Amino acid sequence: MKPIEVISGAVSHLDRADVDTDQIMPKQFLKRIERSGFGRYLFYDWAQEPGWDLPANPILVTGPNFGCGSSREHAPWGLQDYGFEAIVAPSFADIFYTNCTKIGLLPVVLEERHCRALAAAGEGQVDLRAQEVRYRDPAGQLVAVPFTIDAEVRRRLLEGLDDIALTLSEHASEIDAYERARADRQPPLPCTSAL
Amino acid sequence: MAKTMFEKIWEAHAIGEGAHGGLLYIDLHLIHEVTSPQAFEGLRLAGRSVRRPEHTLATADHNVPTDGTAAAAQIKEELSRVQVQTLERNCSEFGIPIYSLGSSRQGIVHVIGPELGVTQPGMTIVCGDSHTSTHGAFGALAFGIGTSEVEHVLATQTLPARKPETMVIRYVGELGYGVSAKDLVLGTIGQIGVDGAVGHVVEYAGQAIASLSMEGRMTVCNMTIEAGGRAGMIAPDQTTFSWFTETRRPGAPAELERAIERWAQLPSDPGARFDREVTVDASALAPQVTWGTTPGMVAPVTGRVPSPTELEGPVDPSTAQRALEYMALEPGTPIAEIELQRVFIGSCTNSRIGDLREAAEVVAGKRVAKGVRAMVVPGSAQVKAQAEAEGLDRIFRDAGFEWRGAGCSMCLGMNPDTLAPGERCASTSNRNFEGRQGRGGRTHLVSPRMAAAAAIAGHFVDIRDWEVA
Repeated sequence: MKPIEVISGAVSHLDRADVDTDQIMPKQFLKRIERSGFGRYLFYDWAQEPGWDLPANPILVTGPNFGCGSSREHAPWGLQDYGFEAIVAPSFADIFYTNCTKIGLLPVVLEERHCRALAAAGEGQVDLRAQEVRYRDPAGQLVAVPFTIDAEVRRRLLEGLDDIALTLSEHASEIDAYERARADRQPPLPCTSAL
Repeated sequence: MAKTMFEKIWEAHAIGEGAHGGLLYIDLHLIHEVTSPQAFEGLRLAGRSVRRPEHTLATADHNVPTDGTAAAAQIKEELSRVQVQTLERNCSEFGIPIYSLGSSRQGIVHVIGPELGVTQPGMTIVCGDSHTSTHGAFGALAFGIGTSEVEHVLATQTLPARKPETMVIRYVGELGYGVSAKDLVLGTIGQIGVDGAVGHVVEYAGQAIASLSMEGRMTVCNMTIEAGGRAGMIAPDQTTFSWFTETRRPGAPAELERAIERWAQLPSDPGARFDREVTVDASALAPQVTWGTTPGMVAPVTGRVPSPTELEGPVDPSTAQRALEYMALEPGTPIAEIELQRVFIGSCTNSRIGDLREAAEVVAGKRVAKGVRAMVVPGSAQVKAQAEAEGLDRIFRDAGFEWRGAGCSMCLGMNPDTLAPGERCASTSNRNFEGRQGRGGRTHLVSPRMAAAAAIAGHFVDIRDWEVA
């Protein structure tokens, strides 16, 4: 995963609430067995509506509960492949938020008024190390709004760490020990290969 | 200290709580063809193996045709065929048991886990599918994950995890006549909103829950994700235990009585503290019908399509306006006057034998209305066989329903079962999102009995007024 530090540039605005992952990446594209190339299918049905305009900028600002519904990681894959590097919204659906952090697409939770101000500014910076979003207000003053993110998630994104490699290198013996202790204290788990 | 059921299960599976965050051990990993291919490819690229194939189980469900196609190689559509065959090949390569198309145990992943008895109280269960919350009906901690996490579980049998918040939804009163588990959960989402449970593991409690069958409990937990909840749970009790004692299930514990003694320790202790508490009056709920494009846009069947400007509750007016335009509905229209062209009885929400029995009772001796195409898609090959043994297929066919093979089918329309643009459907599934059942299709979520009655009448009817033949 590519390390994330500061994401700067123009902002795209999708001013809708409760955008579900069926809209972000419609089902017909979930039949692909590849991980790349999903950008061209992003918002496939909505993109055919008159007036649709969502340029591939580094920052996407959108409405509350973004990414609700299906757990399909194809949705974050598509957003990232399209060109977005950070998504700023008042709130996110849980699975979607986690999926984004796993692929280095930065989800940022900001109050709705700050989301709208960032969208109005048209460009800004998302600074993961400083944990703040910066943009200019209508008077040209620089505004810096802090955001919160889980410390461990932030560390992994800053350093571009791979979760699986980390678990295997740092926790392998703990997992072994857990399985041994558990086998001693309770009956075996259902064995799917012996049904 | 008094603990919630969630805390008991979490603590029994937590590994390490160091500075870098802990892990959660996963007891059962269910996989299917759509969200797993890239995870297996990741394992191959890194030269990794599957840590616990014997605690992993695969089936083909999302993408399979329901027309009787007996094997993956016979799937007509190329992309679907390749995806199911890729699952079969991956399972063979990594030693994972699989029930693919043609197996007598194939079916929707959230139907077969409980059916086989591998879904058990106290377990941690994950699957690359948001409706994994279904398994919480047994008093398990079960939640959906993305493909990166699928790969992580395959490789390590764990997930990096931070403890979520807890929430209890307490129901007061009992459900009225004709009001089902589906109505209970739709009514709840209507009250708390589609993001009402975000960040929380939800425990459902109260007499209305205790009175539900396991199938009804699965329906409720299944739709937890539609309120944004991380997982839904119901305390195991005699109803839960009977699931294992009254039917032989191949995955059930060898020493069932001892297992039941342990399971009986799982319910939340008296006085256990939840981060949030919500109360819902179950007795006030009528049969529910969604009118919009989120499961929270819902009204009683006795009601009318609302005006966006006069909405009460958590739905945003501009979102509602857009939804009504998509659904081609006028505010003020009585719900019971909405006419339908399609009816779908199926999905991981409502495709179990109990659901089919309820629907069959409604349609017995009647005919599907002119201009309506209605289909029943059993949740699994075993549900299908059971229904046929009981003669339910005959009742549906005689009434003019299509009787299909098992799979996710028109819940998400990845297979050929889809709505045409503009078609309006009464569906027992879980999502009425734009285009969910087919581009331009219009979905109304209802219970199996309500869907069955709508198929006969050609429009929604209050099932409480229905006369059984």
